[in-house]
Amino acid sequence: MNRNSNTYTFLYAAGLVVVVASALAIATIGLKEPQEKNIAIEKKLNILSTVGKGMPGDEITDRDTYIETQYDKYIVESFIVDGCGERKEGDAFRVNMKEEYDKIKTIKQTSDEAQQAALRVNLTLPVFVYKDDDARLKCIIPVYGTGLWGPLWGYVALNDDFNTVYGAIFDHKGETPGLGAEIATQAFAKQFVGKQIFDGHTLTSIKVVKGGAPETDLHGVDAISGGTITSRGVEDMLQDCLDAYEAFFTKNKK
Amino acid sequence: MTGQKEKEPLFSTKILRLLMTPINKGNPITVLVLGVCSSLAVTAKMKPAMVMAISVIVVTGFASFIISLLRNTIPNRIRIIVQLVVVAALVILVDQVLRAYAYEVSKQLSVFVGLIITNCIIMGRIEAFALGNKPWPSFVDGIGNGIGYGLILILVAFFRELLGSGTLFGYQVIPENWYIAQGGFYENNGLMILPPMALIMVGVIIWVQRSFNKQLIEK
Repeated sequence: MNRNSNTYTFLYAAGLVVVVASALAIATIGLKEPQEKNIAIEKKLNILSTVGKGMPGDEITDRDTYIETQYDKYIVESFIVDGCGERKEGDAFRVNMKEEYDKIKTIKQTSDEAQQAALRVNLTLPVFVYKDDDARLKCIIPVYGTGLWGPLWGYVALNDDFNTVYGAIFDHKGETPGLGAEIATQAFAKQFVGKQIFDGHTLTSIKVVKGGAPETDLHGVDAISGGTITSRGVEDMLQDCLDAYEAFFTKNKK
Repeated sequence: MTGQKEKEPLFSTKILRLLMTPINKGNPITVLVLGVCSSLAVTAKMKPAMVMAISVIVVTGFASFIISLLRNTIPNRIRIIVQLVVVAALVILVDQVLRAYAYEVSKQLSVFVGLIITNCIIMGRIEAFALGNKPWPSFVDGIGNGIGYGLILILVAFFRELLGSGTLFGYQVIPENWYIAQGGFYENNGLMILPPMALIMVGVIIWVQRSFNKQLIEK
């Protein structure tokens, strides 16, 4: 067979693609289950870490089971609200925040108020309720946004005044290690504790201030040096997502 | 088939040389200056650098092996595309396996695993070696180059994490009470975690290596 003929080349390419594609398909299907389990566990751990109930240390041998039991113990309720603060049917754990984020973006771009209201009803925003050891309830909400290289997400826990931040964690798909990726560290997330998202009755969210926020600033935290775009992404993410929940907060606020 | 030709032992001197050369005298990063881009990106911390090194070793080894198996069937005109498809498939496999069994690290490495495809070392070794050699030597050559790459990665990451974050593999190495914030005298060098420092580190390694190996110095 002539290795340089067109027929050979085409057949070879077609054959190679079929072989490689089926190998990859088999691998993806075969590994899907552990991957999805990892993602669910990760999500539960994230929610728990927001309120400081994450991993206690290395002494846990069966990490996955530990997280499952902790989650069942502390997260007493989860439900969905729409953009007007009304409860909706649905499984909060399965909400895809990326889709909600896209909806939030569309609302931002719409100038017509009637249309905005209609779009708000369409939002499905998850709320996880955490009951701490003193039986006080705190609500945990997911946030989602974009950083420099890809999506950012996180969870924010609010005290029962729906104003003061009780805890927060952030994570990212592909921010630069050592720079933007630092938003995923405890040190960054800790800054949010005690900050307030409302200034009087207006939602101000929390600003991520380049060059450092003064300690007395109730609505600002320090940005990451070398991670300007990621820091700005965190700020926008909080603003966008908290805005979407604003009606829910205002309704329950004391 | 020749048949009479004596079978070479699995680890002959020639094979061992294939394995060892890329680690020092033919190091892909410091001597051939290939794959520098990714060595800048993933070396801010030890752990991702380590996993990246292992991933690259796996991919270079098997990509060279598979291409060498196919070397007599590949149509010359679509040679590069065939190589790319094989490398890309391997990289996706590595990425999927990491996601299933090393989820934490796969999150840290994120895009960089995918970018192994563009690592010049892999295509370079396939073009230069695997296309003209038998599968076993090609495999060893790929592994050797992967190790050569990985060692530099880990070396750079060691200094960058130690001086930039005061940790190694995430564990605090510099005593906490040395830090200025705790009343000490020490501060992490923020410059170390920025990519330019990786380039300077690689430069320093090249310098040190050449001062020991005079034959590497270009006339």
